[in-house]
Amino acid sequence: MADDAVSSGGADGVLPGWEIVVGLEVHCELKTRTKLFCGCANSFGQEPNTSICPVCLGLPGSLPVINKQAVELAIRIGLSLNCTVDKSIFHRKNYFYPDMPKDYQVSQYEKAINENGFLELPLSKKVVRIERAHIEEDTGKSMHVGGDGGRIHGAVHSLVDYNRAGIPLVEIVSAPDLRSAEEAREYVTELRSILVASAASDGKMEEGSLRVDANVSVRRLGVEEFGTRCEIKNLNSLRSLVRAIGYEARRQVALIESGEKVVQQTRHWNEDQGVTTAMRSKEEAYDYRYFPEPDLVPLEPSAEWVTEIRSHIGLLPASRRERLTSLFNGVSSGPVYDQIVTAVGLGLDDLVAGAVAKGAEPRLALARATNEVASDLGNLEMLTVDNFTEAIRMESEGKLSATQAKTVLGKMLESGANAREVAKSLGFEAMDSTVIEGLVDQVIRSSPKEWERFSSGEDQLAGFFVGQVMKLSKGKADGKIVTSILRSRRS
Amino acid sequence: MGALIGLGASAIAEMVSSKEISALEVTQEHLALIESHDKNLNSFLQITADAAISAAKEVDAKIARGEDPGPLAGVPIALKDNLVTRGLATTCASQILKGWKPPYSATVVEKVSAAGGVALGKTNLDEFAMGSSTENSSFGPTKNPYDLKRVPGGSSGGSAAAVAAKFAPLALGSDTGGSIRQPAALCGIVGVKPTYGTVSRYGLIAFASSLDQIGPFARSVKDAAMLLQVIAGHDPKDSTSLERPFPDLISNLDKGVQGLRVGIIDELIDGAAPMVGDALMASADSLGDQGAKVEHVSVPAVTYGLSAYYLIAPAEASSNLARYDGVRYGLRVEGQDMNETYVSTRTKGFGAEVKRRIMLGTFALSSGYYDAYYAKAQKVRTMIIDSFQNAYDRFDVLLSPTAPTTAFELGAKAADPLSMYLSDVCTIPTNLAGHPAMSIPYGLGENQMPIGIQVLAPALGEVNMFRVARAIENAAPTITKGLFWN
Repeated sequence: MADDAVSSGGADGVLPGWEIVVGLEVHCELKTRTKLFCGCANSFGQEPNTSICPVCLGLPGSLPVINKQAVELAIRIGLSLNCTVDKSIFHRKNYFYPDMPKDYQVSQYEKAINENGFLELPLSKKVVRIERAHIEEDTGKSMHVGGDGGRIHGAVHSLVDYNRAGIPLVEIVSAPDLRSAEEAREYVTELRSILVASAASDGKMEEGSLRVDANVSVRRLGVEEFGTRCEIKNLNSLRSLVRAIGYEARRQVALIESGEKVVQQTRHWNEDQGVTTAMRSKEEAYDYRYFPEPDLVPLEPSAEWVTEIRSHIGLLPASRRERLTSLFNGVSSGPVYDQIVTAVGLGLDDLVAGAVAKGAEPRLALARATNEVASDLGNLEMLTVDNFTEAIRMESEGKLSATQAKTVLGKMLESGANAREVAKSLGFEAMDSTVIEGLVDQVIRSSPKEWERFSSGEDQLAGFFVGQVMKLSKGKADGKIVTSILRSRRS
Repeated sequence: MGALIGLGASAIAEMVSSKEISALEVTQEHLALIESHDKNLNSFLQITADAAISAAKEVDAKIARGEDPGPLAGVPIALKDNLVTRGLATTCASQILKGWKPPYSATVVEKVSAAGGVALGKTNLDEFAMGSSTENSSFGPTKNPYDLKRVPGGSSGGSAAAVAAKFAPLALGSDTGGSIRQPAALCGIVGVKPTYGTVSRYGLIAFASSLDQIGPFARSVKDAAMLLQVIAGHDPKDSTSLERPFPDLISNLDKGVQGLRVGIIDELIDGAAPMVGDALMASADSLGDQGAKVEHVSVPAVTYGLSAYYLIAPAEASSNLARYDGVRYGLRVEGQDMNETYVSTRTKGFGAEVKRRIMLGTFALSSGYYDAYYAKAQKVRTMIIDSFQNAYDRFDVLLSPTAPTTAFELGAKAADPLSMYLSDVCTIPTNLAGHPAMSIPYGLGENQMPIGIQVLAPALGEVNMFRVARAIENAAPTITKGLFWN
């Protein structure tokens, strides 16, 4: 059956009578100074092939030496995910690919450094089991020129950048405990916050420091047995993750409903067409011939070291959420709680908590953080807690209208300037209420019919008057003040 | 022939340090000898004369400035061509590394150079160290300097032949299953495989990582000890390198063997040629005469060594040699697509024996076969270690032939890999156990070719091993036969 014929079901993959089963493998780049097995810098965005040496190029004769900081960060991740940290060994995963310098990847196979943990999702409160979180090396990055959608097949030539080869990764493997694309999104979001909070990774999906493979299967509601799964490789954004799972689930349901079988395979997500396609059999017919890496000795972290690492882990998302909910009477659901989850997920909770501690109005601080600040996260470092607090206070004191406050925050994120300076430069002087009264009266005069209806109780017309006043004031008037003037004029 | 040819490493270092002779003249004489005679021997793949001369001048300059030139002051040394050398082609005797010049040097190469050693060039080997006769070199075989119709052994045949032919007093080789000891035996010199982890493998092009170990060749036990002393020690670049301080071999060398318990491994005499067995018994008797307690001992698991080795070593090799894919360096044979480029490059670049072992190893690691082959071989490896341990509970060192025969004729075993593999039956168990062992020449057989005696010791047992080797050397008949060039 043609893939494009499968379009029933919502974007979330909600399919009546069916249950989606998802397990995720999340690859996370560790925020180490150097690579996993050599002294090359671990940094993003360098000129291609400048952060390389005989070891990460896998030159003949070179040998790996494990990076202690990478092991420490991996253990931090394991502890943050409630895993057991134990003795582990490395294996070689053998397969040929041009971006893999040794044509094998050093990874942990039989015995991972972190095993048997769990993670609790903040919204659904679901507990997702973590099977393992193991250390492995990243590969280089290929660029295929002239091929089909950037893939190697049909490419005229390929370029390889080995800067990424040997960057330390931790692969976090969940049990197949997720039941929808939305849960998968929630899991990755929460996992990302944990990784960032434990200072193990910067969690930047857009820079590839977090990459997700999704194992998806479907089964009829009430059936216990798992369906045949397909693995969708390399999902690089939450949007892709949700769309790919939804698509894949619908594809599998359609197959089964039309009497066909799901074939276990690795699939590729095509972002442009919104479909998953089977990788060519050559791309997946691997026998990785795992065997213990003879160039490395077993990792045996001492109990003392693990305890020390544990003591260095900062506030994790669950505690961070608690810190914010305590500002809102321990709220545990509803829109404010959702905003708290978002704030923590985006790493904005320090900003909110800091501003509230300095006297900002909690609700407003949370709202502005999760809307205006969240829309320009890339510039977050431009915004100090003090400046943010000042902007919130100016708004709550009526010195800035809501519209003005949003604009001011936007500019603050761009320039790093403080709220007062930005407001002044934009001409957002506090508008005197007598001036606003004048504008309100002007609007009442020019719209007598509407005023009559409003006066006789048609409250919905308030918006009309506020809008007109805003227009005249070029957005400088505070909507709340306008409304209160309108109401006083009516009575 | 120059007057300095034939001097041992310790003599040269002493004379150079005391300015009796210059490092430059030592180097020049050895280069001249190589120049005139190596065309018949083919022990060197590359002679680095310019680099050698400037290194020798640097040693002389150091001495002139009153600085310590190091323990190998001005001593010429040959390097097996699987040790990477910065800026100098390193081939592993393979076509697949064609044109590759490493951007770095092996730790041992740095250490030798820092100790005042003068590298003369890179020596021939079986391709990627896979073989026992040096006939698997893609640059033609090396010959035995005592009989040019015969092989020098292998895989470090170039290094062994060069030292035996007096082209250099010292050489470095690598030993994965006997690749130092067997050619040392066949060429009538001393060759040592140290305890695994004693010498850094950084810069040794890997064949089988869990078995590979670099070691010295010399014409005397003392010179071998001297070189081992220089190259041993912890290297932070090799995770498998041991952190223990390496013991002083030289000062213990002449302590004799009084009271040492020596066991002759029964299982390794059975397959040996009678003349080799006789030499072994004679060497054992001489140890008895010098005060050692010599007895026979059974180490039953050693008979499984060969089978386990030919699963483990090829398995590791199949992975270690995957990187030669034509993408980054060395030979590339362009194909229609990536896969075809891989296949064409590797088909053209690797010789038959390398391909055979890659296939063996790939098979042994394949899903469905792993447990029956690779995993089982690892269990045998443990058995061998246990079996040796039982013997070392009662003995300080063990004795065996180094190789079952003396040097065979070129081509004699080339067509029959299994009979070639059997050349290493006595040496392989040591590698599987990670123990040290060395070969000491013990006269000539009835065919006028050298015989080697193997001294085996438990892990870190180098001190006793060298004491026993020295005692055997003291008692051994002198090799009177002339070299091919004199």
